[in-house]
Formats: sequence, structure tokens, C-alpha cells
Amino acid sequence: MPVTNVLVAGVGGQGVVLASELLALAAIAAGHDVKQGEFHGVAQRGGAVFSHVRFGDRVYSPMTPRGQVEFLLAMEKLEALRYGHFVKPGGTILVNEHEVEPIRTADERPYPKDAVDFLNSKGFDVGTIKATDIAVELGNHRAANTVMLGALAERLDIPHEVWDKTLEERIPERLLELNRKAFREGRQRGQ
Amino acid sequence: MKRLMSGNEAIARGAWESGVLFAAGYPGTPSTEVLEVLSTYDEVDAQWSTNEKVAFDECVGAALGGARTMVTMKHVGLNVAADPFMVFPYAGTNAGFVALVADDPGMYSSQNEQDSRYFAKIAKVPLLEPTDAREAREMVKIAFELSEQFETPVMFRTTTRLSHTRGVVEVGDRTEASRRPFSRKVSQYAIPVYARFRRPELEDKLNRLREFAEEFEGNIVDEGQGDVGVVSHGIPYQYVKEALPSATVFKLGMIYPLPKKRLQEFCERFEQVFVVEESEGFIEQEMASFGILNVIGKERFTNIGELSPDLVAQGLNGASTPTDFASETTILPRPPVLCPGCSHRGVLSTLNEMGVLVTGDIGCYTLGCLPPYKAIHTTFCMGASIGNATGFTKAGEAKVVGLIGDSTFLHSGLPSLISAVYNQVPTTTILLDNGTTGMTGHQQHPGTGSTLKHRPAPAVNYEALIKAIGVEHVEVIDPWDIEATERAIKSGLEHPGPAVVIARRACRLLPEVKATEKVPYQVDDAVCIQCEDCMQTGCPALVWEGDTPEIREWDCAGCAMCAHLCPVDAICQVEASVDASH
Repeated sequence: MPVTNVLVAGVGGQGVVLASELLALAAIAAGHDVKQGEFHGVAQRGGAVFSHVRFGDRVYSPMTPRGQVEFLLAMEKLEALRYGHFVKPGGTILVNEHEVEPIRTADERPYPKDAVDFLNSKGFDVGTIKATDIAVELGNHRAANTVMLGALAERLDIPHEVWDKTLEERIPERLLELNRKAFREGRQRGQ
Repeated sequence: MKRLMSGNEAIARGAWESGVLFAAGYPGTPSTEVLEVLSTYDEVDAQWSTNEKVAFDECVGAALGGARTMVTMKHVGLNVAADPFMVFPYAGTNAGFVALVADDPGMYSSQNEQDSRYFAKIAKVPLLEPTDAREAREMVKIAFELSEQFETPVMFRTTTRLSHTRGVVEVGDRTEASRRPFSRKVSQYAIPVYARFRRPELEDKLNRLREFAEEFEGNIVDEGQGDVGVVSHGIPYQYVKEALPSATVFKLGMIYPLPKKRLQEFCERFEQVFVVEESEGFIEQEMASFGILNVIGKERFTNIGELSPDLVAQGLNGASTPTDFASETTILPRPPVLCPGCSHRGVLSTLNEMGVLVTGDIGCYTLGCLPPYKAIHTTFCMGASIGNATGFTKAGEAKVVGLIGDSTFLHSGLPSLISAVYNQVPTTTILLDNGTTGMTGHQQHPGTGSTLKHRPAPAVNYEALIKAIGVEHVEVIDPWDIEATERAIKSGLEHPGPAVVIARRACRLLPEVKATEKVPYQVDDAVCIQCEDCMQTGCPALVWEGDTPEIREWDCAGCAMCAHLCPVDAICQVEASVDASH
């Protein structure tokens, strides 16, 4: 199988790394070669975080070259804009309808409210999901990453039972039911 | 069995499989997880040491004593451990000794870019470097064999990308290595007169290693098609395969010493050969010294920052790649910030307000040099703050504060404080005691009362220690108490000799602190005058919604730093405001 390239982006604390790890684990379980690597700076929280996940018969570089990503999974709208250029022409961008303002002293310009319109105008296949709202309804805003992952899973060729098993093996038991629900909700929205 | 493992996990796994008995190091991104993972194996006695030199010395003892040993550090840690690193090869090791050194091209969490490969050449030790996690596990095992075969320490280098990339790793079982008895041959381990005999022997050993490099199976040519030849190593090798899957690539697993004859033969096959390496042109320079000059290297592949598949493709075939959308839309920067409830915030805002000169150190609080805190004026390396403060005072600055975290203080701040006491320098040191090594992800240290293996340990009593070295003015405050913080710093600066303020509050992200109940704050929109003073906290829990600030209740730690800055008392505790409305 040729290599499938996914880029997961968000803000520190949004679960970018866990979502990518789950995807990488599911891809291995489905029999692929996988590489996954995240990029983040010094702080534990608040900065931009992104992670490449690549799977297929044989993966070399842990980073997908710019303009070759098939799926961008953005946990936040500004981050979708920041990494949009990694996506190939006509590629898919799934965006969480959620805004996290950067600290105001960094740059005085207002938050770009038209992020989704802009990405649409570039010819990408943009899908929006209110993942944080859904996660809050399910009882924990932190499950937004799993909602987004569910939406992505709907578009990937990894069997349902592999996803079920991956969630079961990787998510701690006390959070498993919440994440199962979040994943299911995401799948429905991703259709 | 196949597993998803990061480079660091794979290195730890390989070390465990090699029969490692003792491992030591000091946390430093991107190396930290190697020792953390090693500590999870029952057979391995793994520990955090106070600093990298101490860890290295301990590991030298363990390896001479006959136990297979690994020492771990980031690139700047090797600078701290450079003394034993350069001397140990003269003696040579008894049991296998591998020094894991992780470089950070791109400076994701470092103050400098340093190509540590040069250290191997200076120390005359073999250097191995894998190209992914799968290879890392296998190569660590080879490193231990090599170390015992040649009785030499082996340097094992990774980079941030290799350490932090997960991949598919085939794992194996542990093979116990038998303990090798130590022979007390003083002529091998002591004083210059003996070292002079050892010196030519070291050169002989290096020559034997050069011969070994010619045969080493980790130096391998991927035969391709066409007339493009490439020499590469480490993560850049993967970028080369990505850009030119059919090129003929000489993949080097042993970076020092290099296989001279094989490289000469390889390069004779091509009109020109690309040498693709990250950071400096180390391989290119070595090849030039072998007389290989038909090379395209650093003029195409920058020595600044981290390489990428895009940069490598550009250098190999001139490919151009898309740029970001910053020129067409607003892409606001998202700089890292201190967490909600961070115990450093109060100290930084107080220092900013006081306007004193502050020399900083290495930790989360390093962010204090950025807006909105703007409190720190210099940051160099581990433990530098106190010495730098002394220097500024000697140059005539009247009031200088050195700012240092607890783990960093124990790492290398203490000798500087002793020097300041000895020379009676009137600086004030603020010891930010948050009870952990925060920035690298909560590692234990000698002040935390617990070890890497989660065993209880005596905790350093900072007050007693600092008084014992002769500091007369020592005060402990809670940095959430802004008035007390300001008072203590002022009083420290007025003291005629060296003073220490210990700002003690546990890191907000420690699990035991997270579990404690917190009373969040909220903004009363009716009282708020939209002055934005509260936003100066740079707190992620505080966001600007429409025309007013809003506090995300689930994120608020209840530290009240924002309430302290509010000129009209519009910010109060959630419960308190409910009470007031009744």
C-alpha cells in the first residue's frame, strides 16, 4: 500500500500526541509500517503542537514533505491555518470548530475568524466538527481529540474492530467508555 | 514481537536486552525518556544523578567494576561530563560502557545547537548513530559488544527527531551479561606517568577501530539505479530515501572513525557524491581529510537548524515546496506560556515590576524573558545564573538577582553560591523550589524525597544547606503571596552580603497537586473596566472574549495573580461572588 500521510495539529494540552499515537497503533495493528513523530517546544502547555503520522508498506521520513499530506486533523482553527500548506491540493482538512486565543501580548492582530472560509477558498476538502462541544456534552472537554480521531477514522481504510481494540488497549479503563462514545460521535460526524 | 516505540524507548529496550545492570543520567530534552524507560525494568538499577559529570563518574565506576552500564544526557550534558569523557578512554573500560548523547538541531528545547559528533573525535572513541527506532535497538546491542571488544567507551548519538519519532520495533529478550571482575592494575587508571604509556596505546586502539569500521555491517550501501551517489547517516538518511528512493546511498552507522577505504571506493564510482548530514559538515570534513573531494555537502544542506524532507529534496534535486499562508491570512504566533497556577508567575511579575537586573537559568521560568513577563535578562546554561549575577555585581551593577530552579540549583548552582559566599558578593539568589524537574516532565531529584525507581529518599533541606555554606540571609516565601514575595526580594537586596529567597510552591502539574481542590476565579463584567491589566499574567486560563476577559473555570488554578493585578477588584473567587449576590 502506498504511504498515507496524516498531520495532527493543535494546542499543547489538547491531546494531539495521544490522538496521533492511537492512529499509529491502529495502523500497526492493521499490518502497516508506521512512523509517528511530534514537534513541540519547551513548555508543557499552551504552545502549538503538531504530529506527523505516516503508514503504508514502507515509511522512510518521519515527516511528510510539504504539500503531500492527505489528511490534516486540526484540533483548533488557527492551527488548521498554520499547517494548511502541508496538505496536498484538494486534500482533506478536518477542523474542530474551536478557538483558543494565543496570549494577547504576542501579536496584537485579531484572531482570524475566517479560517475555514480561507481554507475552502484554497480548494481543500474542509470538514468542520464541533468536537469540543460534543466532548463537553459527553462530560469532559479533553475527549475532543477522540471525537476528531473518530471523524478521521471514517475516512481511513482501517477496520472497525482494529480501532475498538486499539482504544481498549491504550486508554485507561476509567476513561475508556467516555472515549468510546467520543470516537463513535466523531465517526457519525465524519460520514 | 512488533511494538510501536520511540527512538528513546527503543534505545532503552536495546540496553535492557544487552544486559545493562546500571544506568545513570540527568534529565534533558530530548534524552530524558531513555533513562525513564530503563528504570521500568526490574533488572536495571537506574538513577537520576545530580548532574551529568556525576552520572558519568558513577557509570565509569560501575563499568570498571564489571557491570554493563549506560549513561544518558543531552548534548549540553556532555559538556558538563566532558572531563571524564575525555580521560576515561585512556584507561579503557572493563564491562560495556555506552554514553547516550542526544543532540537538538533546531533548538526545540535548548540554548544552543551543538554537533556532539566532534566530541567522539577529540576523545578518540567510536561513535554510532542509528537512522530510526528499529535500528536504534539493534545498534545499542552492537555498541555494548564493541565496547567490550575494544575495551572502550562507545558514544551513541541521537537527535530530537530520532529520539521522539515512534516506529515499528521488533523486540527481543534480555541476555544477562556476566559480571567481569575488576583487576587493580594501577598503571591503567592513574597518574600522568602511566597515562603517557597509555597515550600511544589509545592511538593503536583507534587504528584498530578504523579497520573495524571497514568491515562494520552498520556501514552499508543501498545499491540503487542511475548515476546519483549519496553518503548519509541518521535521520537525514530517511529524508534522502524519501526524496530519491532509487539513488545509491552509503548509509553510515559508525560516524567515527569512518571507513576510509570504502568511502574512497564508493566515491570513485560517481562523478559527484552528495553528503547529506544534519548540523555541521563532520562527515564531509573527514572525507576531505581522506582526499575525497568530489563532494557536494554543506553548500546545499544548511548547517543551521534541523533538516527536513523538503530541505533535503531541495538540495538534492532543486525541488521546491509550498510555503505557508502567512502572506495571505493572519497566522498568529502561539508562543509557549507558563501554565495556569504556575508558581513562577508571581516571582516573575514581581521582578518585572521592581525592574532589577535578573540573570536567569534553565527551566520553565526561562520563559520569563518573554512578554508578558519580561523579567529575565540573561540565560545561558545550567547553573549559570548565580555566577553571572556575581559577575554583573563585580562590573558595578548595584542590585542583581540570580533566578534558579531547585533541580538546576542542585545540578550546578551550588558551587556558584559557595563562591559568592566565599567572596562575599551582595547578590540575591531566588531559588524557585517547585519540588520537581518541571520542564523535562517531572523527574525526581535529590530535593524531592523520591528516586527514579519511586523509592523514598532523604530530601535536601535547602534552608539548612544554604545556611551551612555561610549564607546569613535566608527567607522562605510562598510565591502566590505577592506582597511577601516583594518584601523578601527587597530585603534580600538590601542585605550587605549574599542573600537567598526560597520561593516554595509545588508545580501545578504534579499529579498530587492537580488532585487537590481548587477554587477558581471569575470576572464580574459589570465591574470590569477592560483595562487588560489582568492579561499581563499571560495565563492560558484567561481569554479575551468579545470586549472582556473571561476565566475558563476548568483551567483556572485559583492562584489569584490576575485578581492581584485588577485595579477595580472585578476578579474574585467563584464562590465568593455567589455569596455576595445573595
